[in-house]
Amino acid sequence: MAILSFENLRNKSSTENKPIYVIAQEEEAELSETDIDVVRLKVLEDLTAMRAAIKNGLKSTEKAISGWSGDDCAKLKKRYRNSEALFGKVFEKITAFALATAEENLRMGRIVACPTAGSCGIVPAVIVAVAEERNIPESKLIDALLTAGEIGLVVSNKVRLAGAVAGCQAECGVASAMAAGALVEMLGGNTDEILQSSALAMKNILGLTCDPVCGLVEVPCIKRNAFLAVHAVTAAELALCGVESKIPIDEVVDVLKRTGELMSPLLKETSLGGLAKTKTAQELEKVLFKKD
Amino acid sequence: MEQKSIFSVISPIMVGPSSSHTAGAVRLGLMARNIYKNTFSKVKFILYNSFATTGFGHGTDKGLLAGLLGYMVDDSLIKDIFNIVQDIDYSYEYVQDISRYPNSVDIIIDDRMKISGDSVGAGEIRITNINGFTVNIRGNYDALLLMYKDRPGMLSEVADIIQKQNINIATLQCGRDSKGGIASMCIELDIPAGDDIVEYIKSFKDVFFVTNVRKLK
Repeated sequence: MAILSFENLRNKSSTENKPIYVIAQEEEAELSETDIDVVRLKVLEDLTAMRAAIKNGLKSTEKAISGWSGDDCAKLKKRYRNSEALFGKVFEKITAFALATAEENLRMGRIVACPTAGSCGIVPAVIVAVAEERNIPESKLIDALLTAGEIGLVVSNKVRLAGAVAGCQAECGVASAMAAGALVEMLGGNTDEILQSSALAMKNILGLTCDPVCGLVEVPCIKRNAFLAVHAVTAAELALCGVESKIPIDEVVDVLKRTGELMSPLLKETSLGGLAKTKTAQELEKVLFKKD
Repeated sequence: MEQKSIFSVISPIMVGPSSSHTAGAVRLGLMARNIYKNTFSKVKFILYNSFATTGFGHGTDKGLLAGLLGYMVDDSLIKDIFNIVQDIDYSYEYVQDISRYPNSVDIIIDDRMKISGDSVGAGEIRITNINGFTVNIRGNYDALLLMYKDRPGMLSEVADIIQKQNINIATLQCGRDSKGGIASMCIELDIPAGDDIVEYIKSFKDVFFVTNVRKLK
């Protein structure tokens, strides 16, 4: 049975006394007619590919095909060689890892869509950075990724996770909600706290449009990965100390969907409005199209 | 509602930057490879609409060619494909045509076969036309493709042989250019139709093309 709402998920978690990741791996094993071990192994494959993307991204300064980006992560690393980030090592790693992954994506490197390629840096940055800094074992990272996946899955049962459908709310926004839940799971939070963190993160990205310059997954997408990775940490910290979203998570998802419907098509991955139609974007467009 | 996999959210592992414009392009190429089945020396890709305007920045051109050559969506060599490929005459044309899907392509192989397809988002694709005949192959099922002279009874004869092999039909689509003219049949199956089935159907009266198409991994 597909879990169609977070209320569903919460009830199942409390009546069967199972954390979200256990429900996720059981459902997936049943769906794909395989064992839980096989499901976890596949998640481990994703995790390994995420780590590799971070590693490759941290090393490379190669430009994207457009020639616009590819060295922001290197700038960040340079700064942190001499001074610690204002919010400490975890913040430093999260921002660097998110940029590294998103830049790697733009230079046609190997990444894991999570939930989409454009938002591929958010979940990996948060879980890998925190795991490194807190020495969290590998199995807990798999639990975290399963938790993130289940949150994304429940949202996707209500709204398709594509900028063309609901703007960036449905890509980087949902990725941030997934990352928040994953982080709470890693730090020992319970089902309620996980879902609260996702609700808090999602409430704060409502209305986020998808207006990429020249239609490329680049401006503002790369840097947005770093911003929304950090955003997930705020949500997790709040949820872990008992802060609750006044609006329940299912209602927040409904609003996200409705906001997507109300959003002008000009702002939903068509590059016909927003940042994509600024004077500078139009100049970039001229140069880019002449170049090819 | 059909239950979805958690890996529809935290996968695929792919080379970037876009699931629709990069991974989708590779999968369209792979699907065309599964349909054409033979080696080739010449290919032309006609990219439509968003594939045409933003495709180059997303490596859509590279992805299509790499897929046709058998590279998987996560192969790091895709970005260097133009340096790797040898002895293949490949070309691209870019067209705006609002009657076509936003991300679509025609793949013309060896001037012999024209395969059209769409990238419908999140790396999902569908093959929509082969040599002028409407099909619907999404790559998530094994398929059987037939072209034949339109006549009564063909469907039941084909269904009969499939049923005798105890294979379940997932979806079925038939079309024709005119009554008694050239007709096509596209059947998606729960398990692949073996070459024996293909050979057997070839022997049917009025059938002039039949092939099995493997699903994408």
